Amino acid sequence: MAQVLTITSGKGGVGKTTLTANLGVALAVQGQRVVIIDADVGLRNLDVMMGLENRIVYDLVDVIEGRCRLRQAMVRDRRVSELFLLPAAQTRDKSAVQPQDMVRICDDLQEQHDFILIDSPAGIEQGFRYAIAPADEIIIVTNPEVPAMRDADRVIGLIEAEGKGPARLVINRIKPEMVRRGEMLDIADVIELLAVDLVGIVPEDEGILTAANRGQPIAFSKDGSLVRQAFHNIASRLRGKDVPFLTLREKSVFERIFRFMRSGGN
Amino acid sequence: MQTLAQLLGRRHKSSSGKVAKERLRLVLAHDRANIPPGLLDTLKDEIIAVISRHIAIDADDVQVTFSQNAQESRLVADIPLATKNRRRKR
Repeated sequence: MAQVLTITSGKGGVGKTTLTANLGVALAVQGQRVVIIDADVGLRNLDVMMGLENRIVYDLVDVIEGRCRLRQAMVRDRRVSELFLLPAAQTRDKSAVQPQDMVRICDDLQEQHDFILIDSPAGIEQGFRYAIAPADEIIIVTNPEVPAMRDADRVIGLIEAEGKGPARLVINRIKPEMVRRGEMLDIADVIELLAVDLVGIVPEDEGILTAANRGQPIAFSKDGSLVRQAFHNIASRLRGKDVPFLTLREKSVFERIFRFMRSGGN
Repeated sequence: MQTLAQLLGRRHKSSSGKVAKERLRLVLAHDRANIPPGLLDTLKDEIIAVISRHIAIDADDVQVTFSQNAQESRLVADIPLATKNRRRKR
């Protein structure tokens, strides 16, 4: 039985698609059988993030409207053993999908996969509604900034009202240097304000953009970057493993000197 | 040493992270309770009008605030009585 996870945020641009792509890759690299579904009908992007844009023949709406079988629309990612993308339609809009369509598709995928990840559109309208309909669990992505947090809080409330909660939170694009200077909300602030469980923290990293440029999600890389580790840690937690959170807080030179002085130079 | 420590270790009182947290705390409280901030002004004006009909109050210093924590939401009205009223009448 597959676990169905919907990744959503309220606000756009906080990193839903990046997180979905990298979690899909990380879970697949960890040996899980994964399908990622782009639910952002009309604004398809998960395909380019994955570097699979040239291999799309059919899409989600073709499946729903019976123009192809589900398996025909699923694009296999050959870089790893069991990872599939079900792309969104690009020339349609959200009215082409109903919540029960998503439920039916996820039911069909249940048997042969371990994880189904759904990349929700931004907003709280129809696209969000059908994206959360089949979810066993919902992951909220936010950035440590006022507008993203406010929208996340609203979405958390809607999810609870739907009986789909409690959602779990990923804090994305943390800048440890700014947190250190007190110029950014820290992790404790975010958890306190939103009052939800944390499932991951992801630092801001230029590598995300270069990875997106190449269509090669950073979770594939073998480098020791913190951001790659962050995605793999979240994947492990989703598999029920107990993984400690990354330490993102960099000690400044001043702090180190101060500590050294206070300790009497020892 | 103390001065240096303050210089190096201090978190600026008005650091934008702190400001963000306080602004969020307020805006989330209002969003969750579906009480727009402007409604508090309306409430305040009406409370002043009602109470003034019976008791002399210091209308300028009336405060109506809204607070929320994990357990409860609370509307707090702080209504100072007019000074002359505090004397006991005979």
